[in-house]
Amino acid sequence: MMRIYLPRDATTLALGGEALAAAIQAEAAKRGVAVTLIRNGSRGLFWLEPLVEIETPQGRLGFGPTQVEDVPGLFGPDLARHPKALGLVDQIPFLARQTRLTFARCGLTDPLSLADYEAHGGFKGLARAREIGPAAVCAQITASGLRGRGGAGFPTGVKLETVRKAEADHKYIVCNADEGDSGTFADRLLIEADPFCLIEGMAIAGQAVGAARGYVYLRSEYPQAIETLRAAIALAERAGQLPGFSLEVRVGAGAYVCGEETALLDSLEGKRGMVRAKPPIPALHGLFGRPTVVNNVLSLATLPFIMAEGAEAYASFGTGRSRGTMPVQLAGNVRHGGLFETAFGITLGELVEEIGGGTASGRALRAVQAGGPLGAYFAPHQFGTVYDYEAFAAQGGLIGHGGLVLFDDRVNMARMARFAMAFCAHESCGKCTPCRLGSIRGAEVLDKIIRGERRAENAALLEDLCETMKFGSLCALGGFTPYPVMSALKLFPEDFGLTPHAAALA
Amino acid sequence: MNQSTPPQDWDPSLVDDIVARHKGTEGPLLPILHDLQAALGFISEDAMHLVAQALNVTRADVYGVVSFYHDFRTAPPARHVLKICRAEACQAMGGEAHAEALLARLGLGWGEATADGRLTVEPVYCLGLCACGPNAMLDGAPRARLSEAGLDALVREALA
Ligand SMILES: Cc1cc2nc3c(=O)[nH]c(=O)nc-3n(C[C@H](O)[C@H](O)[C@H](O)COP(=O)(O)O)c2cc1C
Ligand code: FES
Repeated sequence: MMRIYLPRDATTLALGGEALAAAIQAEAAKRGVAVTLIRNGSRGLFWLEPLVEIETPQGRLGFGPTQVEDVPGLFGPDLARHPKALGLVDQIPFLARQTRLTFARCGLTDPLSLADYEAHGGFKGLARAREIGPAAVCAQITASGLRGRGGAGFPTGVKLETVRKAEADHKYIVCNADEGDSGTFADRLLIEADPFCLIEGMAIAGQAVGAARGYVYLRSEYPQAIETLRAAIALAERAGQLPGFSLEVRVGAGAYVCGEETALLDSLEGKRGMVRAKPPIPALHGLFGRPTVVNNVLSLATLPFIMAEGAEAYASFGTGRSRGTMPVQLAGNVRHGGLFETAFGITLGELVEEIGGGTASGRALRAVQAGGPLGAYFAPHQFGTVYDYEAFAAQGGLIGHGGLVLFDDRVNMARMARFAMAFCAHESCGKCTPCRLGSIRGAEVLDKIIRGERRAENAALLEDLCETMKFGSLCALGGFTPYPVMSALKLFPEDFGLTPHAAALA
Repeated sequence: MNQSTPPQDWDPSLVDDIVARHKGTEGPLLPILHDLQAALGFISEDAMHLVAQALNVTRADVYGVVSFYHDFRTAPPARHVLKICRAEACQAMGGEAHAEALLARLGLGWGEATADGRLTVEPVYCLGLCACGPNAMLDGAPRARLSEAGLDALVREALA
């Protein structure tokens, strides 16, 4: 029996995975070879997708990016000489250099096999959490140093402890799977590759705070993830893995701002996704007014590792106040794009140049946007910046949800700045004026600069407007849009028709 | 999700069925609207009225929610919907130029449908395929690494 792996995730699907699966089955039938085709999740080496793997006594051999015409060769005679042969998948440097704690099972297992999940350490963390009880679970998570992976980097253990101590008739666990940041796909990859890990993480959070109900708010742009997670929840419930905890997937409706936790809660309640003023914080007054844990997919999916292996095991990775690992996502114009889970402490330059391999186009790498549409741009002279929360903040930047989008030398940074403002205008919930109107004015001022109208004066006006948005907005949509805008202006003044001197004065 | 299956005809009992399916749940409005749009292709005035009655909220409440979210439509879409990603990572791979060229050739603006009602082209901001751009989604099915020719082929496929 020949065992072949081909991912079932959205990337593989988008690259012709179903035709490939059919071709593999047809070729096997033609040759009279018995084949088990396992539809795993992606390993996250996206430039190699579709990545076909064949199990051998030495390990899994990889072939990619595989097209239908590459299929006959997968049946021999000489696999090592197949034009798409990559050798043992575990030894591909991009994978071998990673520290996979949260993503340990991704791509290895069948996402919808509970047996596979348990064979790879699944549900050990939940069992341990039940054993030691809520207070000890919260203490462990705090000791691990885990900080929220959705963007704000708030200590996860502190949030759980706050909800644990709150008195209420019931409490909720809400998983933020809105993943709206361009250049990020870690939530999607995890849900499509290892959905039980998120489910276990949410059950651990429920156990930690005494919540019996959980919701996953999943964006509508991810239909495959929705289907996989719903199927996994049904399997886990049927197998009796979640006693006393019920979970439901709720689908977003194409609003970026609904990734903001309070807008998300309003949306879950069936309202327009308007940002709420804080306080009260969701931990005390969240969904339907009840104490609510809102955490990103990655924060929750890291809880099983922490509970199974101990807080120390997690905290032993990382640097300074950034403990553990971050699933960095290399995207945009990048040669080796994909998910790279690594301990904090690596430099930005190592990530984009060594691991990402520079641009896909082979042209000069000119700018990197870190942390999504609300994150600053970085220029090559900043590539020595250490990848951790504090070092990025010191550069006016953001780790955010871990996205890094690469641009080559054909990018026009004035246009990217204008896009940031226009995106903010398009996605603003409208509750506060600096965001709603400031972003529209911002795009107009940038149009003038681009057209060449009184550039220096308009640049000064833009800076002024950005200050108002930063300090006057209700949430980070209006509050952080100035970062990509101003970093583009300061780092690349020539694209705005300005001298470095004029840009510095702005 | 799949717009290539023709939407069902308007039938008030269909709304009742969908509402009944979600009514006992917490915060049922978005799931109801999603199901309505999946069944009918869009959310009509009549449907909003029935939903408001069933949930005992005002019509303005329902309309306010429908109009807030980019996903919900208040008019029937074309037979096929092509969503092209306009977010940063796809821009970095030249997606915007491909999209503009396509729209110019079809004589459309973003969000518009061809005169024969066969194709609507809509913007989308990230499909989570950002390491394999430029990307798009045709009738709910994702497509990655779309060269200009690849995007054209996708449109021909939809219009065939
Ligand atoms: C405009 C905006 C969009 C956001 N989008 C997301 C998102 O898609 N996913 C996410 O986890 N957090 C997002 N956040 C951050 C959340 O508000 C919140 O900090 C997070 O869900 C908390 O979870 P964590 O502590 O695990 O990171 C967004 C914030 C803002 C202001
Ligand atoms: S930016 Fe286009 S898929 Fe993410």
